Parts: sequence; C-alpha cells; structure tokens
Amino acid sequence: MGVTGDPTGTDQGTRTRGGIGESTPRPDGVLKVTGEFAYSSDMWHEDMLWGHTLRSTLAHAEIVSIDIAEALATPGVHAVLTHDDLPAAVKNYGLEIQDTPALARGKVRHHGEPVALVAADHPETARRAAARIRIDYRELPVVTDEASALAPGAPLVHEHRTDHHAGHVPHPNIVHRQPVVRGDAEAAAARADVVVGGEYVFGMQDQAFLGPESGLAVPAEDGGVDLYVATQWLHADRRQIAPVLGLPEDKVRMTLSGVGGAFGGREDLSMQIHACLLALRTGRPVKMVYNRFESFFGHVHRHPARLRYEHGATRDGRLTHVKCRIVLDGGAYASSSPAVVGNAASLGVGPYVVDDVDIEAVALYTNNPPCGAMRGFGAVQACFAYEAQMDKLAAELGMDPVEFRRINAMEQGSVLPTGQVVDSPAPVAELLRRVKARPLPPERQWETAGERPDVRALPGGLSNTTHGEGVVRGVGYAVGIKNVGFSEGFDDYSTARVRIEVVGGEPVAVVHTAMAEVGQGGVTVHAQIARTELGVARVTVQPADTRVGSAGSTSASRQTYVTGGAVKHACEAVREKVLELGRRRFGPYHPAWATAELLLEDGKVVTDGGEVLAALADVLEGESVETELEWRHRPTEPFDLRTGQGNGHVQYSFAAHRAVVEVDTELGLVKVVELACAQDVGKALNPLSVEGQIQGGTTQGLGIAVMEEIVVDPVTAKVRNPSFTDYLIPTILDTPAIPVDVLELADDHAPYGLRGVGEAPTLSSTPAVLAAIRNATGLELDRTPVRPEHLTGT
Amino acid sequence: MRVAFTVNGRRHEADDVWEGESLLHVLRERMGLPGSKNACEQGECGSCTVRLDGVPVCSCLVAAGQAEGREIVTVEGLADLSARRSPAPADGEGAPPDEIRRTPGPVGQEPRDGGALAPIQKAFIDAGAVQCGFCTPGLLVAADALLERSPRPSDADIREALSGNLCRCTGYEKIMDAVRLAAARAEGTV
Repeated sequence: MGVTGDPTGTDQGTRTRGGIGESTPRPDGVLKVTGEFAYSSDMWHEDMLWGHTLRSTLAHAEIVSIDIAEALATPGVHAVLTHDDLPAAVKNYGLEIQDTPALARGKVRHHGEPVALVAADHPETARRAAARIRIDYRELPVVTDEASALAPGAPLVHEHRTDHHAGHVPHPNIVHRQPVVRGDAEAAAARADVVVGGEYVFGMQDQAFLGPESGLAVPAEDGGVDLYVATQWLHADRRQIAPVLGLPEDKVRMTLSGVGGAFGGREDLSMQIHACLLALRTGRPVKMVYNRFESFFGHVHRHPARLRYEHGATRDGRLTHVKCRIVLDGGAYASSSPAVVGNAASLGVGPYVVDDVDIEAVALYTNNPPCGAMRGFGAVQACFAYEAQMDKLAAELGMDPVEFRRINAMEQGSVLPTGQVVDSPAPVAELLRRVKARPLPPERQWETAGERPDVRALPGGLSNTTHGEGVVRGVGYAVGIKNVGFSEGFDDYSTARVRIEVVGGEPVAVVHTAMAEVGQGGVTVHAQIARTELGVARVTVQPADTRVGSAGSTSASRQTYVTGGAVKHACEAVREKVLELGRRRFGPYHPAWATAELLLEDGKVVTDGGEVLAALADVLEGESVETELEWRHRPTEPFDLRTGQGNGHVQYSFAAHRAVVEVDTELGLVKVVELACAQDVGKALNPLSVEGQIQGGTTQGLGIAVMEEIVVDPVTAKVRNPSFTDYLIPTILDTPAIPVDVLELADDHAPYGLRGVGEAPTLSSTPAVLAAIRNATGLELDRTPVRPEHLTGT
Repeated sequence: MRVAFTVNGRRHEADDVWEGESLLHVLRERMGLPGSKNACEQGECGSCTVRLDGVPVCSCLVAAGQAEGREIVTVEGLADLSARRSPAPADGEGAPPDEIRRTPGPVGQEPRDGGALAPIQKAFIDAGAVQCGFCTPGLLVAADALLERSPRPSDADIREALSGNLCRCTGYEKIMDAVRLAAARAEGTV
C-alpha cells in the first residue's frame, strides 16, 4: 500500500522515440478508420442467437402475473426467462449496494426496468416474441422528488434496507447523506458585508455514448461462459455477474470488445447477466445489442440535482462562508449514488478558500430512472451552482468576476472544507488569467462581403431565423475542481503484466492489463510508457481480459495515473531484471556494468554517458523477462459521517473556461461562439489525446448547458424523450472553436507528475456558458439546460 | 426475398431478407461488412452513412430492397474509391480484407502501411480525430464525399456538411483539423 509515483530520476527513455510526451498515433487507429475494429455490437459467432429484453412500461407497479406461453411458442424462439428462472440464490447485483434485481421480482421500481428475456434466431423474432409476453401490473404510487420521497407515509422504494448506509440516513428513501462542516458558518455569516443565495436546478443528462450496450456470451464446455462485452471495468462486472449465474468467478471469463464510448454509462451492468443467462439456458452463443431507445433505459444517467446555496463575502471580496444543501435524485437503484454524494459534498464550494462551511449532500431513492456515474461525477452539479453564486457575489460587490475568483482561489497548501491539504499545484488563478487574456473572437462573424449574412454563424443557424436582429453577445467565466481516482478509502489499485522478449531479432515489449479502452487512448499511453521505460520501439498491447488482474475502472480520470502507474512500475521491474541479466552475462567484460548508471535506449543497454554496452537481443539471448504487479496510489480515508472531515481524495484536477455566446433574444436561441479552456494536466503524456479529452469534455458541458436533458414526466415518472430525435446532443454545427491551453505543473506524488485529465473540462464548461448567457441577456437563469422559453419568458 | 447490389465494387447477394430489414442490417449482418455502425436507427447520428449511387445516406433509413441493383460504398471501400478517383503509386498493401475480424486481437501491432488508406482516413488518424471511433466510419464517408465535391471547403462548409454525424468523444475540433488536413494535403500545401 501507499507506494507513490517516485519520478524516475534518470534520463531513461529520453533517447527512444515514441515515448511519453509525444503525440504518437493510436495503435487501434488504422482498424478504426477502415471499419475493421471489432466493437461489441460487431461480435458474431456461428449458430448464435439474439437476445432481447422486455422492460416495464410503468415506473412503479406490482407484477401480478407474467404469461410467457405465447412468446415461448413463437417459431424461432429458444428461451424466455423471468425472475423465476434465475439459477442462484443471489438475484441482485449492484456496484456498491446489491439492490438491483437481475430481472424484476414482484415489482418494478422504474420505467424501463428489465422484466423478461427472449432468445431467438433473428433479432426481430425476439422483439416480436417479447411483445407477446403478457404482464399484469398493479400500478403503485410513485415518488419523484424530495417532497414526495420524504412525505409522511411515502411509499418506500426499497423496504427492509440492510445496506451499510441504511443505519445513518434520516429516511429510507435517502440512499446516503454526507455533511461537510468546518468552522462556524453561522458566526461567519455575521461578518459578511454581502450575502447572496439561490436555488439551482440541474437537469438529467445522458452519457449518450454512440456504441449502444452490446455483447456476446458463449457457453463453454466446463459449464462456464465467455463474455465479450463493452464495459468500463471487467473485474467489477465479473464480481457482480458470477454470483447471479451461480458460477465461481473463474468460470466467467471476460474479454473487452470494442467500446463505443462510455463516460460513466458503462460502470453499471446492462446486458451482461442477461446474455449469460440466455447462453447458459440455451447452450448457444447469445448476442444482445440495444437500440438507441433501449440504451436510454439500459444505463444510469447523471443525477439531476436541486442545489440551495448561500455565500457571503466581505466588502474587499473575501468569502466569509458557504452554506449549501445538494439534493441528488438517485432514482430507483443505488448505483454509485453514495460516491456521487461524497464528491458533491466534499467539492461543494469549488476551488476556493473558505474557512467556514456548512454543506449537506443527499441522494434520494425515487421511481425516476436510476442515476449514477457520468463524467464529472457529483462535482459537475455543484460547479454549476457555486459558479453562479460567485458571479452573483461579484456583481453584488461590483467586482470583476475573474478578479473576485482570483482573490478567493485556492492554491497549493490551501485547506479544503474536508480538512485535507492540497499538497500539489493548484493553479486556479493562473488558469482563469489565461482564458481571460486570450483575445476575444471577432464580433458579428455572420457578416460577409456579399449582401446576405452567413446564417451558419448565427443563433438558429441554417433554420435562417435571424440575420442579426435581436442578437446580443455575452462572455462568461468559470473554474472547477475535480478529484482524480477513487476516493474515501477505496483500495484503488491496478495490475499490469509486462514482458520483454525478442521477436525477429528485435526486442518487443508486451503489455497486458485489464484496462478498458473506451476511446480515451489508454492503449496509446501504455505503449508510450513501455517505450520510455524499456527503450524499445515495438510494443504490443494485449487485449484486456480477466486473465490478468484488475485494472480498476476506466473512470474518475484515473486510468493514466493508476494503470499507467502500474505499467510504469512493471516496466521498471522488468528493466532491473534485464540489467541484472546483462550484468551476469557481460559484467565481467566491461567495468561500466558495475559502475555506471545504466539505461535501456533504442533496443540497447547504454550508460548514462551514452556508451553502448550491449544489444537487448544479446542480453536476453532468447529468454523473456516478465513481471506482473499491482500498483496503488496513496491511500485515502473515508469522510467522517457527521463532519465530512478526512483525507478523502488522492489528487485534484483543475480547468477554467471562458465562453462567448450570442443569443437571439427574440427566439431564445443560443449560439456558442467560442469555448476556450485552460487546464493543468501535470504532464501531457500524449498532448494530442490530452487536447481531445479537454475538447470532448468541454462539449459535453456545452450540451447540458443549452440542450441535453432527459425529460421525466413528473406525474408518471416515465421517460418522455428516449431517442436522438428528442434528446439532443451537440452537433458539429452547435459546437464552437475550443482553443485549449495546457499547463504542465507536476504533481510529485503521481507517475511522471501527471494529473488525470478527462473530467475537469466537463465541470466549468457548463457554468461558463450559463454565465455568458446571463451576461448577454441580464437574466438570472437558475437552471440548466437553458431552453428558449427561459430566455424569452414565454 | 433476395436482394442483390454492388458493395465497394463487388456484387453481393443476400437471401431470406425480411421486408423490414434496412440496408444497414443487410450490410452488417448478412454481408459481413460491419464497418457501418448502428447507433440510433433514426437517421439522427450518421454512424451508418454510406454512399448510395454516390450520395451519402443513412443506411439505417434505406430499406434493403431499395438498394436492389445499385452501387454502395461503405467505409470498407473508401480506400479503393479514393484510389480509383486519383490513382496513386500503388505501394504497400491492397484494400482492406473482406474477412472482418470479429474477435479482439492485439491492438499494439505495428501500424499497417498508410498506403492502404484513403487520404481522409490517414488524416483522421494523424489529426487525432479518432477516439472511441464509433462515429468514425460514417464521418469518413461523409467527409470524403464533401472533399470530392468541394476540395477547398471553408470551416462553415465543413460544419454544415458533417452536421448529420454525431460524435460524442472529440468535441469535433480534431475532426475539423482532419478535414482541413486532408484538403491541404490534396492541395499539396502541407
């Protein structure tokens, strides 16, 4: 435990091409541009069947009866399964709390909950047969928000809770509650010259990864199953799947197939157990592929939230206190709600120094769709609200919003509301300074040399709704703080197996981890690390599977840090063994083997002075050298359940945005003209990938600012817009230029000084766009996404 | 029913096609060409974009029967299409193989010879326009069609032409870079 990422301290790798710091191309790039890359929905097996899921049409109902006879009698159908067919004593699964039935038992708790499964020889046959399953429901009252969930006599979403949060929550419909209390917010409020408050609403966002949930389960002769699937964490999947199948984990062999994006939406299981159940029942390989409609029901979403804040400041612009209450809607099942609560609470005041805080965050159980992980994970909702508050305070004080933030910005050595000291660079003020210093994009870019404006540069775009009439510009700023890695005492390790061998006379490094490559470029970075640490040109990254130990989750911006760290340390161990081999073989012939600092560069053993001692191929002489090890970042500790105090986080990631928008005030349409970002990444292992992460995260933040929202009917708790026709994500026309400014201030605790990149840009993007729209329109705007009616008042 | 059409210059037939099957389904599930992706089945995301007699279409919205006797180009045929359009010195490997790999293999092998790629495919790799890659096949077909009819597109032209193709990973900046790069390389300015 507790091994930290000591910087290598040598020049190792600096003379080998394709190592860290270079924008090397993706190893899977050619397969992806030729269409040959095998995504989970491309899996195929001779004799395979197609699986289909029948889902509940109601949000809360008792299942009185299920009649599968007609479905089962349909020609081409090979199996129909319900809860009664589950083979083991364990019927539920869940990331942290095992509250989710593999198939609904006796009742359904949200719209779209899986009730029955069909396997057939054609996907359409399976769909039609599923439509012939007759379910008799008795509708139950729904709880949909805090008022209905905590009302006297409210129906309990989960009766008889026994999970480890049940004992400390004030109501059974609260999944988890985390206060963070430091100093005395009441007393500090008395010192404030200015106090501002607000209640903010954050809509439900979907990850909307493009590759829908899918995979292939192949029954094996030993009674086990081989599962090819798109996921974020193979070993966590297996831990949840095997007990429901009644199999030991080693009989559930998982291989990562191509993953079409994730963004948190693949942390929870979707079709994994279902495909395995059908495969084991029929003895045939079973493929399941959700369509987009089903995908909206097939994974958890970002928690919608209501956030009530009070901020105070003295006349000279110093924060006196923050009080806030954050209510997250976790929906029908827990998923990762407890950890989302921990993030929202511990990062609830943002990257600012405030000595006196009183924070409370809760997640509810309701009959709304289950919510869990999405990029930014609890820190996103808080950032939207505290940044709105910071602008309000600046306006009350008559200060520039960036200057006001600078005065209160945290820096290295600052203490968080949890009592944790920020012990690595925290360039909050510098990031803001950089986005502000950037020249503004020219005004009225729609004007052309000809008579007609280029409507593509205007709000409304090709709808041709304005030629500039009623269009006003606004500029807004925001900055955020996101934790990196799993927090609150979680044993967050990764495993890496690294081998060096000679192939065709040339040394080759082979890297094997179970890291889920979901598009982020982990496979690129692993190869770079191996080149740097082993001084070889050729690296083979093996497919991720469960034949090697866990690599943890591809989430929390942690993979480059933790699995990258494991690969680095495994490479170092291999390097030591190779040098030891060299000393045994060649030491007697050259004193430098014993006296000099030795490096591996360009396939050779060299001294730090550059003298070549031997070729790696000669050192290895047909042998291969292999090491597998687990690597951990610094341990964290749980937050105290009453005070929220504790060193709960590993590392922080900071990004700032400046948004420039143009708003058609007559129609309420918004054009984001530019969305500039500055972020500290510690060390950019692959600069091109780092920019891609920042721009992608920024765009998802833009989406929740102006268009994306899963609309849940407040009366029925049914999802109203489960399609890309009705749930809009930004197109290339909606997305502006995203200039990126990357800082590299090393975190000495992390491998190479790196800082997790993926999530921070998703935080500040949204409040920056909102601030710009407020700046343009003068409206208060306390909810996101902003819709035209919020701008026109209609 | 039986459906026959030309895909990437080669005649393909499929038997027992259901009336409701889309061109996308027949390409992916019956003809062994899974490069075109299914992400929405509503014509909203463009992941299934192919050329139908030269015109970019969402193959999920084309009934397989409508393709009878017509010419289809998918992402698997982009390199050949590009080579036919502007014959270049043939080096390296030929077109991508018809046998599509369906189980994951090592991803860290030496990159294949860039000679097998269309310029737009190479530009997507070089510019960092590929992350998860699920939108990539459709975007490549659409971007290639854009550059065919408009070799020097403005940024606004690029955005307009690709506005039917959703990408969730990149924020589109690197995709813009890739199309600009392919155009500049064709011009010989880079």
